[in-house]
Amino acid sequence: MIMPLINGLKITLKHMFMKPVTLQYPDERPNVAPNFRGLHALKVSHNNAKCVACYLCPTVCPAKCITVEAGEDANHDKYAAVYEIDMLRCIFCGYCVEACPVDALKMTQTFELANYKREDFIFTKQALLEKK
Amino acid sequence: MGFELFGLPMIYYIAMVVKVLVVFVFVLLTVAYATYAERKIIGHMQVRLGPMRTGWHGLLQPIADGVKLFFKEEIIPSQADKFAFLLAPVIALIPAFIGFAVIPFGDTIEVMGYKIPLQIAAFWDQGSNKIVDLNVGVLYILALASVGVYGIVLAGWASNSKYSLLGGLRSSAQMISYELAAGLAIISVFMMSESLSLQKIVADQAGFGWYVFKQPLAFILFFICSLAEINRTPFDLPEAETELVSGFCTEYSSMKYAMFFMAEYANMVTVCAVTTTLFLGGWHGPAFLPGWAWFIAKVYFLIFVCMWIRATYPRYRYDQLMRLGWKVFLPLTLLNIVVTGLIYR
Repeated sequence: MIMPLINGLKITLKHMFMKPVTLQYPDERPNVAPNFRGLHALKVSHNNAKCVACYLCPTVCPAKCITVEAGEDANHDKYAAVYEIDMLRCIFCGYCVEACPVDALKMTQTFELANYKREDFIFTKQALLEKK
Repeated sequence: MGFELFGLPMIYYIAMVVKVLVVFVFVLLTVAYATYAERKIIGHMQVRLGPMRTGWHGLLQPIADGVKLFFKEEIIPSQADKFAFLLAPVIALIPAFIGFAVIPFGDTIEVMGYKIPLQIAAFWDQGSNKIVDLNVGVLYILALASVGVYGIVLAGWASNSKYSLLGGLRSSAQMISYELAAGLAIISVFMMSESLSLQKIVADQAGFGWYVFKQPLAFILFFICSLAEINRTPFDLPEAETELVSGFCTEYSSMKYAMFFMAEYANMVTVCAVTTTLFLGGWHGPAFLPGWAWFIAKVYFLIFVCMWIRATYPRYRYDQLMRLGWKVFLPLTLLNIVVTGLIYR
């Protein structure tokens, strides 16, 4: 009964001299994994979002957080007139990215999504457009 | 300084006031920085850093905490007994501090031809050429240790909350159980030094005749029982059993809450000082450092051990705590007394 107690003390003492693993967060930035699923981004090609408003992503979304409304542009092509993701509902499963047939959606490494108002968590198309 | 009062030169009274102030400030600073040290030590033991942002490596953290606590909102439950509610933290805090009155911090120092012992309740007797201190010093400490629990029980009762009441009652039951064992553990020290005076006990341990070598079992038992008596982890059940509701101080906020924790840390300092005095030779040590420095070093080492224990062991369950106190520690202390009697008498 005594030896395990002493062993415990030994372990904690040993740990005291190890290098701390703490990341001093606001000063030091973490390196997130390449396949980390953070904030979504709509990919851009020829200055337009690649999205063709096919509705596959809101269909596959298990949290029902994506709103898409299709519009028609001057060339009679479909495009997403409204594209919104409610980040309060999103579970970051990445199904929307997998479902996209034209590879218009991706997930970035942005993880700082805190905000002050609930409305600010609804990311509109403008906010989601890929930043280069 | 030719005046005399009650047969003692005035310088002793002046020295006493100075000693009280110095010791009070020392204990307050130790308490403040013990909270910082605890967070740092446990942090490093858990391979974290602990506080880092206020001052260099977080050194100003205790001051920031203090300022924050002073400015926090005070909440008193509407059905609480207000007077008792406000009195409780004071009752918890005072005994923790006044225990230091009898603890010898070091040898005598000479001021204006008078020898001043580094112990608050003591003076140098010119006639017998000896330090005269409270001849029941240890009894005084033991008595004070049990007064602190009044504050905790009162806090639990006055809050008018079931959690608090149960927390307070748990505390009193625990205090009584462990005080018995702690008191019995140091009886073997009295048997060997034949005195309750802390000066005599320290004097007996000169030249590495420390009681920790002669009474290792009593030392370990006393230290663990003291941890339990002052509600240190792993015996901090008054604060919480399996739940985390702060026990007796559930309803307390801001500075009143902090006072309970000041009391807890001050108690820890007291207990470490008493253990140092009784078992680790008090202020005795190799001559290259003054006595008081040895004393402080030993006390700080014991405080470190308290924090080390906190970082290592999980909290006891209440029935385990009671079983340990009554069925393990109490018989062991009694056995230790018998063995001491057989060997040394």
